[in-house]
Amino acid sequence: MWQFIGIRVLQGIFTLLVISLLVFLATRLTGDPALVLLPPEASSKADYERVRKQLGLDKSLPEQYIIFLRGAVKGDFGLSIRDRRPTRDLLLERLPATLQLALAGMALAVVIGVPLGILSAVKRDSIFDKGGKLFAVLGMAAPQFWVAIMLILLFGAILKLLPTYGREGPENFILPSFVLAWSIMAGIMRLGRSSMLEVLDSDYVRFARIKGLKDGMVVWKHALRNALIPILTFSGISLAGLLNGAIVVEQVFAWPGLGRLMLDGVLQRNFPVVQAAVMASAFFYILTALIVDILYVYADPRIRH
Amino acid sequence: MTNDVILRVEDLQTHFFTRTGVVKAVDGISFELGRGETLGIVGESGSGKSMTAWSILGMVPHPGRIVGGTIDYLGENLLEKSRGEMREIRGSGICMVMQDPLTSLNPVFTVGDQLVETLKLEYEEPKRSLRRRAAELLANVRIPAPEDRLTNFPHQMSGGMRQRVVGAISIARAPNLLIADEPTTSLDATIQLQYLRLLKDIQEQTGAAIIFITHDFGIVARMCDRVAVMYAGRIVEQSDVEDMFDHPAHPYTEALLQSVPDLDTDVDTLPSIEGQPPSLDALPAGCSFAPRCPHAWERCQEYPDEFTVAPRHTSRCWRSE
Repeated sequence: MWQFIGIRVLQGIFTLLVISLLVFLATRLTGDPALVLLPPEASSKADYERVRKQLGLDKSLPEQYIIFLRGAVKGDFGLSIRDRRPTRDLLLERLPATLQLALAGMALAVVIGVPLGILSAVKRDSIFDKGGKLFAVLGMAAPQFWVAIMLILLFGAILKLLPTYGREGPENFILPSFVLAWSIMAGIMRLGRSSMLEVLDSDYVRFARIKGLKDGMVVWKHALRNALIPILTFSGISLAGLLNGAIVVEQVFAWPGLGRLMLDGVLQRNFPVVQAAVMASAFFYILTALIVDILYVYADPRIRH
Repeated sequence: MTNDVILRVEDLQTHFFTRTGVVKAVDGISFELGRGETLGIVGESGSGKSMTAWSILGMVPHPGRIVGGTIDYLGENLLEKSRGEMREIRGSGICMVMQDPLTSLNPVFTVGDQLVETLKLEYEEPKRSLRRRAAELLANVRIPAPEDRLTNFPHQMSGGMRQRVVGAISIARAPNLLIADEPTTSLDATIQLQYLRLLKDIQEQTGAAIIFITHDFGIVARMCDRVAVMYAGRIVEQSDVEDMFDHPAHPYTEALLQSVPDLDTDVDTLPSIEGQPPSLDALPAGCSFAPRCPHAWERCQEYPDEFTVAPRHTSRCWRSE
């Protein structure tokens, strides 16, 4: 077990290194931030050189990369080139918003998606199953920005029930977390249904019934525990995706999270911010994947031994 | 005598209502089983053997339904029981070991857990004494160090071991009737033999009646008191085992017996039965075996009645009229 975790951690570190190189190169390839910062009319050659020197862009690429890496290890990603604030502070300001929204969305998706998926399988081909299927297909097919705008229209503009921007109180979470959750919920429902159907048709579930166990026991103990294994994998990957900041949803609901930070950073060629945000996202992605892997081992004893 | 009959199936009909038509998987079969008796039900795949078993357990899969007949278990018709009452009978009265005992154990729960949850249905006792019973059961099916084995997951055990566990679970509630569906098809030869011995063992310990569902006459000869041969959803011949081997009355039984390899004679090719079993949704009008039967004549246009050819020996063939 510990060896397994150790290997995964090493793999994670290696992945982070590769990502750091990619994001470093990508930010260098997308244009010269000095040109964006300088006012076009007063751009003498000397000013340009001064700004580049200030940003550390006068050094060679390998040197710049080493400086970036050395800082990154300590969690220091330099100063934002817009407002000269430490990037780390910007990150820490935005992180809670993204974490809260991601966890709320995920919780919603799991709490609704799993039981609905199971019930769809148990009550196969019933009205309930068909309704669930429609709900799931819509959730997967409808683009998030559209769903978000429609919900704002309905609950914000017409019914005036829910706030549509910012993050003051719990009611602010409802719309954005639902928009985030719907497609994941849909995935969980469909996956839950199909894996449950497969498990319900297995010999061990049949044998559980043959020995005289109650239907509830058979479904909620014997079948569910096995059907949950693929759901766990899917949820883990989805959660990791949510933690990267939901760029569209954060933008539409004016949610001050990581996704918007990253988007603004890219638009402003604010390379320290982009680097920091991408590294943070990558870190959370890898961490979530690791946690899911560990949970997986507990869910499926066949992997444990 | 009637007290000794634990199962009496009469004119049982289990049909499947599919889009392309009605499939008569079981089409009016009757048989009896005495306490502690062993019945072999023999036939090719698709002859309705397994559906007979699922019918007895009240677990006929969708879109199948029992449309007629009676299944008397200890004098009560199972077909009139509610879902809940059937569940009470499953496991405690009638239990089944499925074709592949290795996939019958849930991979994510320990062997002890799966035994204890079964025992819990039978005994209202604290967990500790249920675990003791579970260990005893494992010891009964000759699993060494049963206490330690309770904490194992199925994948930590060998195939033979898992079979024993399934055997232990199936007798945990001391059923009167145990059905073994194709008990050996998925196993290799050495384990096959072990498994048959285990089932015999179980029978001696519990005095349960056993129904063996198989296509292997070798197993029937070794294990059974009585045998029923099924073809296309019907029992075509039924008798005590020796009688069937010595005097088969139905041409299908004859053919089956001929296709059992005999080690004493040296042959290059084994005789096989020409043709395919009929599709159950398009049965011929008369005797369903007639198209493959070397003895078929005009009379076979009509489905044969059941004729008694000897005491306790019946056959559905016009030759026996």
